[in-house]
Amino acid sequence: MDSIPSTTKTPIIPPLKTKHGRNAALLSIIPGFGQFYNKQFMKGIIFLILTVAFFSSFYSTLNWGFWGLFTLGTIPGVDHSVFLLVDGIIALLVALIGLLIYAVNIYDALNNGRKRDRGLSLNSVREQYHNLLDNGFPYLMISPGFLLLIFVVIFPILFVILLSFTNYDLYHSPPAKLVDWVGIQNYIDIFSLDLWRKTFFGVLGWTIVWTFGATTLQVAIGVFLAILVNQKDLKGKAIIRTFLILPWAVPAFISILIFSGMFNETFGVINNGILASLGIDTIPWMTEEMWSRVALILIQSWLGFPFIFAMTTGVLQSIPEELYEAATVDGASIWQKFRSITLPMVLFATAPIMITQYTFNFNNFNVIFLFNGGGPALPGQNAGGTDILISWIYKLTMTSAQYGKAAAITMLLSLVVVTVALWQFKRTKSFQEEDTM
Amino acid sequence: MSVKTSKIIRLTVSYLLLLLAIIIVVYPLLWVIGSSFNPGQSLSGSSMFPENPTLAHYQYLFDTEKSNYLNWYFNSMKISISTMILAVIAVSCTAYAFSRYRFIGRKNGLLTFLVLQMIPNFAALIAIFVLANRTGLLDTHLGLILVYVGGQIPMSTWLMKGYLDTIPKELDESAKMDGAGHFLIFRKIVMPLATPIVAVVALFAFIAPFGDFILARILLRSEEKFTMGVGLYEMVAKQFGNEFTTFAAGSVLIALPIAGLFLMFQKYFVSGLTAGGTKG
Repeated sequence: MDSIPSTTKTPIIPPLKTKHGRNAALLSIIPGFGQFYNKQFMKGIIFLILTVAFFSSFYSTLNWGFWGLFTLGTIPGVDHSVFLLVDGIIALLVALIGLLIYAVNIYDALNNGRKRDRGLSLNSVREQYHNLLDNGFPYLMISPGFLLLIFVVIFPILFVILLSFTNYDLYHSPPAKLVDWVGIQNYIDIFSLDLWRKTFFGVLGWTIVWTFGATTLQVAIGVFLAILVNQKDLKGKAIIRTFLILPWAVPAFISILIFSGMFNETFGVINNGILASLGIDTIPWMTEEMWSRVALILIQSWLGFPFIFAMTTGVLQSIPEELYEAATVDGASIWQKFRSITLPMVLFATAPIMITQYTFNFNNFNVIFLFNGGGPALPGQNAGGTDILISWIYKLTMTSAQYGKAAAITMLLSLVVVTVALWQFKRTKSFQEEDTM
Repeated sequence: MSVKTSKIIRLTVSYLLLLLAIIIVVYPLLWVIGSSFNPGQSLSGSSMFPENPTLAHYQYLFDTEKSNYLNWYFNSMKISISTMILAVIAVSCTAYAFSRYRFIGRKNGLLTFLVLQMIPNFAALIAIFVLANRTGLLDTHLGLILVYVGGQIPMSTWLMKGYLDTIPKELDESAKMDGAGHFLIFRKIVMPLATPIVAVVALFAFIAPFGDFILARILLRSEEKFTMGVGLYEMVAKQFGNEFTTFAAGSVLIALPIAGLFLMFQKYFVSGLTAGGTKG
């Protein structure tokens, strides 16, 4: 940007005789004055009014918000630290919007000044109005969605980031007590205190096993069944497909609650009915860590395979029949046809969706929580035997009020998810197409 | 082994495997339907085909003096329909802008949506709780609806943008030549052509609140405001097994319409998702 202070005269002869661009940009340090300089009075007045209105209406919000953000309150019982944090983030967002308007103001003045330097005439008020309509339309269209996103998605993320640097827990709980900034103490604690480290790595380990175990199993079952049903000479395809898609159609929380009844150790049908009739002793599905995990992976396979099944069926139906006919003529066996035609086609077309299945299971709170609340409880840990990161965070927040630590763990979890997501989408075709535009 | 016998073996094995799969799929569902007709509250002693079936549990659920079930049903419907309408409006506008206009901040906006789509919005549940508390939206349906709509926007926008990109731009341009304004082109030219994807987005938005449990549980405090999910959970969680047959009846009543709706629109789901996966 052309923002050298006007007092420093440069010895080099400027390429243009006038310096309207620079002057206008400098003048618009006070919003509106750059536009006045460019003789666009209407626009200048609007910018000036916007600025005055912004400061007069948000002055106290900003003042109070930033004070709260820095101190988190000073008088216990009067200042509510968490509400101050909320107000602080709102002030931060308001300030950002203000800065954005300010930047637009300077940019506009500079641009129009440069136009004058080049001897071009500026738009009239009428043209400006039409321009605003044309260029402003996309912004108008995205603003409702974006505004909502700011409050329900971006705000919470900012809040959690900030919260992870505080000592907000049961003993520092407003309004009676104040919350303080503690820097990265939460992160240090998670990795250095025995209880936390042991729990964190235990939970992380199971989360990884769970993500890969459950997802891979459901993908394998889904693909296998889809290929089985898609055999040309198999009768009754439509009805079989409808049956196999049922677990996807029933709301998952209901299925999980049904399963938690079926796996119940004392009166569940699996122990009392199925296993008893096979002559197998009762299995402690709910109270033994290992068996709970097995049950969860089985349940998730039941819940998740229909999605993959439907996806794969769609792909299989789009594979041209000629490919198989040609292969048959060349004397390929069923297995060879499967390996060199079916599998590559299916994997290629469904790979992006398969990856989202992994990220979905990584955060699959419902099945873990509704089955047995992440249990059974383990000695020497503050998470249950089947708790994955997300359900552990829920427990820390809702039952043990370890808000600061929970926020820090959320940050660690989000880091993993976002890294995987970005890596995946950098590779997808659609985003590479976007890049070239 | 001749070609014919190998074919018979292959088909028999296939049918047997599929039969096994269908039994595993259907068993829990039949079991819960059976339980819902069992007399008595407890799960022990209940069987899949009760000797003297009863409709008592269904009657209990519809008795507004004894149970809140109908309340929950209407709450869930209200929340789902509002989420659907608001999400479709917000997503259509956003996706249209991203698809048809080139403006400053467009690429960063798209990237932001992509990243946000990956972070489940309940990861920040403390924040959502505190914010709802601060704004007085705790224990209101409005708060919950707004959170659901916000959660739908990033992913559905990508889905719809991918679809809108395939509608030829020449159509808008010729309409523009004829003097149509921005909003008219959006409403009368492009959106009518995008009905299939609008249906997919609407269905997703309608189903999503039924799939959620955690947000509703955190934001809703009083029993008469519960959604189906929270209500049914409380029913079984209070004393597990003691109200299981009632819970089973409640589950059947909610699962049937959802499953019916789902099976009807299943084709769109799949095409919408595969389109989104490979294109947008």
